Amino acid sequence: MSQTMIQYEGKIAQIVQEDPMLQFLLYAGDNALITGHRCSEWCGHGPILEQDIAISNIALDYIGAARNFYQLAATRIQAKDPSLEVTEDTLAYLRDAWDFKNLLIAELPNGDWAQTTIRVYFISSFQWLFYQQLTQSSDADVAAIAEKTLKEVKYHLRWSREWVIRLGDGTEESAKRLRQALTFLWPFTGEAFKEASYETATSSATTIQLAKLHELWKQELQEVFAEAGLEVPTQQAFQSGGKTGKHTEYLGYILAEMQFLQRAYPGASW
Amino acid sequence: MQWESSEARFQEKIDQEIKIEPKDWMPEKYRQTLIRQISQHAHSECVGMLPEANWITRAPSLRRKAILIAKVQDEAGHGLYLYSAAETLGISRDEMYDQLHSGKAKYSSIFNYPTLTWADMGAIGWLVDGAAIMNQVPLCRTSYGPYARAMVRICKEESFHQRQGFELLLHLSKGNEAQRRMCQDAINRWWWPSIMMFGPTDDASPNTQQSMKWKIKRFTNDELRQKFIDVCAEQVKFLGMTLPDPDLKWNEERGHYDFGTINWEEFWQVIGGNGPCNQQRLDTRKKAWEEGAWVREAAAAYAEKKKARTPVQQIA
Repeated sequence: MSQTMIQYEGKIAQIVQEDPMLQFLLYAGDNALITGHRCSEWCGHGPILEQDIAISNIALDYIGAARNFYQLAATRIQAKDPSLEVTEDTLAYLRDAWDFKNLLIAELPNGDWAQTTIRVYFISSFQWLFYQQLTQSSDADVAAIAEKTLKEVKYHLRWSREWVIRLGDGTEESAKRLRQALTFLWPFTGEAFKEASYETATSSATTIQLAKLHELWKQELQEVFAEAGLEVPTQQAFQSGGKTGKHTEYLGYILAEMQFLQRAYPGASW
Repeated sequence: MQWESSEARFQEKIDQEIKIEPKDWMPEKYRQTLIRQISQHAHSECVGMLPEANWITRAPSLRRKAILIAKVQDEAGHGLYLYSAAETLGISRDEMYDQLHSGKAKYSSIFNYPTLTWADMGAIGWLVDGAAIMNQVPLCRTSYGPYARAMVRICKEESFHQRQGFELLLHLSKGNEAQRRMCQDAINRWWWPSIMMFGPTDDASPNTQQSMKWKIKRFTNDELRQKFIDVCAEQVKFLGMTLPDPDLKWNEERGHYDFGTINWEEFWQVIGGNGPCNQQRLDTRKKAWEEGAWVREAAAAYAEKKKARTPVQQIA
């Protein structure tokens, strides 16, 4: 507990740079952390007390998943150089935006309840497929995290799917807000399926085939959107960059807030 | 005559420690007192989420972040049980929200103080939750059944929160100079408001007598306050910190700690709406409620449509 936290720069960054599986772990962890961060912003401000609890619970699941991936990455980094002291918090709190690999869609602002729930829907419907494949990974640690996370994602998907349908088929206003949210988020829904170099390099170990996931995901969307009375947009979802560290302006502010204490009191243990 | 005998039977039950249940006869004033107290307690849980949620996005480690989210979520859960308990007395949750938003119903004044540093998350756990537990443990035996049962569950979680808060402060107290300063500063700011949480002194507490007779309350404000001070005065030593009261000292004769004069002027000001965050807290709750109106309407409309459609689908 009392070890001094060291900087991410230098040796740790170099080890990550040379190991695509570590990059993959950070990608998975960052998606969870940043999505969880956004969901946690609702805590105390939800439209219905029960839903306040639900979205805080989802936030907690995501933070938990992030910790699992970061802890595994930290252990492996340290195994490569036992002189390094690296923990889950080094990875969450001491990297700058360009080293974060989360999908852009995770870092966009919450907006209203429609934008929040359809964002969770987009992310969890992708993750539901992603983690199913990942449970087959030849990397036993990764497969075990995927197994555990999959149970949580199943709930996130059910919850967000229900909200998309409920808002789409609720009142005129809720349907309008949902369409606006869809228009805003749609360009960011393609990035998950664009393979980053570390995904290509690790695909035999992770067993993830993004092209196949993309097909299954489109089917999922067809069904749910039909029930919600939404059209699946035909334009290309062209926004990307997060996976390789090129983010929106929003991420910098998330990190400024999240990392404030670690940055203001370097080396302190909390 | 009949009314008198109902009242007598009611008091007899109370005296025999038999729980009053929702369908039992009860004096109107008993019902009103409980609605006021339980809804005030429920509102305190919900408003109380805000000062702590204020630090979720800034929690300094992932472990602390997870603990804090879980804690604030527990509070929402407590709000939920308590609103449900109050509903058994014939008031709806929406009516209670209206009373909160209009300022008619109160919530614990402690949440009108700001959370300025991370150490406040520890001080709230140790002192605010600690004071709440002192008040709440006797409520597990309160005469109204649904309230007593809700409190049993709440107290278990609250005592967990208190230990987490103390552990957070203990960690800071062993940290660097800035962390120790942060720890002491939080204790200094939260101490007096925490001991005010027990309410006015017994001679200035008009409802206490009747509530004790009905066994809604089991101890007076001053009794509970003294118990809390005695416990904290010892616990603070483990932190290597001090309580901000120069008059605090052990009184051998009384077997209790003596303590300084509470600033009742501040207490009444904060209750009256003039605390540092009264306006902010209430505005935040109202904003969440108003901005959520369309969501609740959509959910209700969808539920209606679904209900109307179900028989048709079954035939098909």
